[in-house]
Amino acid sequence: MPSLGADMEAGTLVEWLKQPGDKLHHGDIIAVVETEKGAIEVEIFMDGIMGRQLIAPHTKVPVGTPLAIIEGVAGEQAKAAPKAAEAPPAPAVSKPIAPTAAPGAAIRATPAARKAAAARGLALDGLAGTGPEGAIQLADVERELSAAGAPAARKGLDLDKMRHAIAAAMTRSKRDIPHYYLATTIDMSRALAWLAATNAARAPEARLLPAVLTLKAVAAALRRYPKFNGFYNDPGGFVAREPIHIGTAIAIRGGGLVSPAIHDCDRLSLDELMAKLRDLAARARDGRLRSSELTDPTITVSSLGERGVESLYGVIYPPQVAIVGLGKIVPRPIAVEDKIEVRPVMAATLAADHRVSDGHLGSLFLNAVDARLQEPEKL
Amino acid sequence: MTDTELRISVIAELGNIAPETDAGSIDPDADLREALDIDSLDFLNFIAALHKRLGVEVPESDYAKLLTLNGAVRYLATKTP
Repeated sequence: MPSLGADMEAGTLVEWLKQPGDKLHHGDIIAVVETEKGAIEVEIFMDGIMGRQLIAPHTKVPVGTPLAIIEGVAGEQAKAAPKAAEAPPAPAVSKPIAPTAAPGAAIRATPAARKAAAARGLALDGLAGTGPEGAIQLADVERELSAAGAPAARKGLDLDKMRHAIAAAMTRSKRDIPHYYLATTIDMSRALAWLAATNAARAPEARLLPAVLTLKAVAAALRRYPKFNGFYNDPGGFVAREPIHIGTAIAIRGGGLVSPAIHDCDRLSLDELMAKLRDLAARARDGRLRSSELTDPTITVSSLGERGVESLYGVIYPPQVAIVGLGKIVPRPIAVEDKIEVRPVMAATLAADHRVSDGHLGSLFLNAVDARLQEPEKL
Repeated sequence: MTDTELRISVIAELGNIAPETDAGSIDPDADLREALDIDSLDFLNFIAALHKRLGVEVPESDYAKLLTLNGAVRYLATKTP
């Protein structure tokens, strides 16, 4: 049973999505568990074959309890203790965050049930669930679909619940985290010129957006300034994280916001980053995110530039310790050596946790982001 | 292709990009990004979808010409047989 936060002591196995004998690949969703935070898809982080399942559906077990035996390709066996159990430093504040991590959780339903219902345009409200605490399961949806005939209108994400979760997390952040704020103006002329030249030779589906350059620049700067990449929890304090998983703020049409992780941002090529961004945005808006994407972000990058906003001062998403805000790229007269030139510039801001870093280090970090964007060909 | 056929294609692809919205009912001269609440990633996906559907490869320098429904139809009319 994976831990999806320090406050989680137990969870209920709702359903198995893989059966004994099924081949498993790294990243597969193998089960759905019900926690206080709602239904979460459990990923597997190894290849193998699903062996004996040790826990039956509807059983509540403590965190750390092996759920199944995964038979390795070389014959070795491993108990299925999903990665989330060993991962992130314990978000003591994850409880209020969690509803955001489970969009649509106002109605208790498993991801498999949601997916099936969405695919057939079936609204979940009003359905009788037979899972733990009345959670709607795949079987409930299938029963309804077979009985109902014509599909109802698509329900989509529960934006009210998402707003409630954002409110809880942000209130806690503003109460507990002593924010400090910095801003700098970045000359984007080199980055945009490089991007235009690169995209000119590409078909539309292979083109890059400025966002991938800024994400990669932030990731590269974090490698040098790790004090902005990690988690702060009481009483242990700050723990830097080696992997750089950037939570990328994605707005949901009609309201709402999620910030799922792009894993190992600094190690991805720009093309890989673009593909990840495209996939993540599509799944975020479809309510199909995975547990690791919701628990792993080590920092957040948010941009409102496309909405005409020139500066964005973010609120840190606990237990992270920093958020980078990016504004609209606008033409501005700036001094270049001894001349005034009109160049495209972007305001980059940093909101950081003063318990972990100070403005001096923050300014060095922002300068490092700027420097990376002056050499886009090296990103 | 006729303007009507192009309009249907554009609305269909916008509907795929932003399924929560009704692309067919927006003001044809409204900025698509605001009318449908789409961002640059959505817009790039829209351009890519038009490329796949109609075979029209829109260079970045022409993006501004496709920011409204009417603008997109006018532009595509000049690029399709």
